[in-house]
Amino acid sequence: MKFLEQFGRYILFLRACFRKPDKWRMFWRAFFTEVYKMGNDSFLIVSIISMFIGAVAVIQFGSQLQGSLVPMTILGRIVRDANILEFSPTITALVMAGKIGSNIASEIGTMKVSEQIDALEIMGVNAASYVALPKIFAALFAVPALVTYSMFLANVGGAISCYFSEMVSVDTYVQGLRMDFNSFFITHSLTKAVTSAFLIATISSYNGYQTEGGALEVGSASTKAVVQSCIAIIFFDYILTQIMLY
Amino acid sequence: MIALKDISKSFSGRPVLQNVNATFNKGKCSFVIGASGGGKSVLMKCMVGLLSQDSGVIDFDGRDFLNLDYYKKKELRQEIGMLFQGGALFDSLSVEDNVAFPLRMFTNFSKSEILDRVNFCLKRVKLENVNKLFPSNISGGMKKRVGIARSIAMNPKYLFCDEPNSGLDPLTSRVIDELIMEITEEYGITTIVNSHDIKSVFDMGDHIVFIYQGKSLWEGTKDQLRNSGNKELELFIKASEF
Repeated sequence: MKFLEQFGRYILFLRACFRKPDKWRMFWRAFFTEVYKMGNDSFLIVSIISMFIGAVAVIQFGSQLQGSLVPMTILGRIVRDANILEFSPTITALVMAGKIGSNIASEIGTMKVSEQIDALEIMGVNAASYVALPKIFAALFAVPALVTYSMFLANVGGAISCYFSEMVSVDTYVQGLRMDFNSFFITHSLTKAVTSAFLIATISSYNGYQTEGGALEVGSASTKAVVQSCIAIIFFDYILTQIMLY
Repeated sequence: MIALKDISKSFSGRPVLQNVNATFNKGKCSFVIGASGGGKSVLMKCMVGLLSQDSGVIDFDGRDFLNLDYYKKKELRQEIGMLFQGGALFDSLSVEDNVAFPLRMFTNFSKSEILDRVNFCLKRVKLENVNKLFPSNISGGMKKRVGIARSIAMNPKYLFCDEPNSGLDPLTSRVIDELIMEITEEYGITTIVNSHDIKSVFDMGDHIVFIYQGKSLWEGTKDQLRNSGNKELELFIKASEF
């Protein structure tokens, strides 16, 4: 029952968010600021994680293939597809949920408890749309961009791992990367990225917007935003994979 | 003029406001007084549209706030200025941007026109050379003054002040009171102040409404306040002056 009530409130919040902004110029200014913040703040962590995911994937898949009759060129293909289909979109989304999700929830939550949201409402500004819509659109732009970057970097990480582990030569790995490429996998991955971006931004904004009380509640809203975003990402990851790949 | 007719509001079945009636006139500084938890803040939130009353009418010069459509409500809200207890300034914006915010949002003024208006409003609240400071860098009294400057930026018809003196020293309180009074008279604004500060009430209250346990028990002028004949109000005044 409580879940349904929360879900209903979430839908009403989305309805309030997706109204025409009061002033487009202010919307675009906020949008570009948010894109910069999200991209810039997450760039380093996404780079490090992506490189290591690719590197670890090469070692793990490589160790399974060693001694088998399967040609080692397949390693590049397996790592590439795993990175594109699952590792990059899902792990980047989970990292973003922790990074920008908590940021969004605490920022909006603080605005709520310090009456800044009330001030906006009283002025006649659609507060939900003003504070959340630029963040939602910025996430829809920044997350897929970071996921694309992550796909590239994960495969580079795999190559670096090949170089150091001597499990397979870099040439063989790159040959595998270029083998039987299915461009639909990119579509699938970016669909997941867009869905995750929407979930992270809307769930986090909603949790921030519902905050009442003080600093303690802001912290709690931030934690809830991250947990709920992560669960939603994993759930929709499964649903989208089921729908799009089978 | 703002007229409240039989305003009632309850939370989870617990009545907080019960048939509150009051009238607040143009160009006058009206006070809503009463003990903490008596329903003053809820009444103010209903008046500014942050909460919807369960029953009754809040009439802004012939416009019933609750029954206006989305766009009419939006229009009316642009005629309302509010000074919050904590200032409610936008942390991420400088003093200048805070005051300019409603102008940027709702007018088509040029950059220079906005800057002129911002400087005029800041000067009006006796703040100068603070344009580029952020709310975290200014004192509580300055925050309130910036709040007033932001409230008057759009030339509001109605000004609401929620405990404007809370957390301020007596001198700064006096400055804020004087500013509210001057602005009310100068621009002919309908001003409503929520306050515990009985000194402010006697200094600037043209019209006073006493709220007790969610009911409007007494309404009158500051001259009638001492001889109201209302036991609860007399007790409240005595306790406040002690």
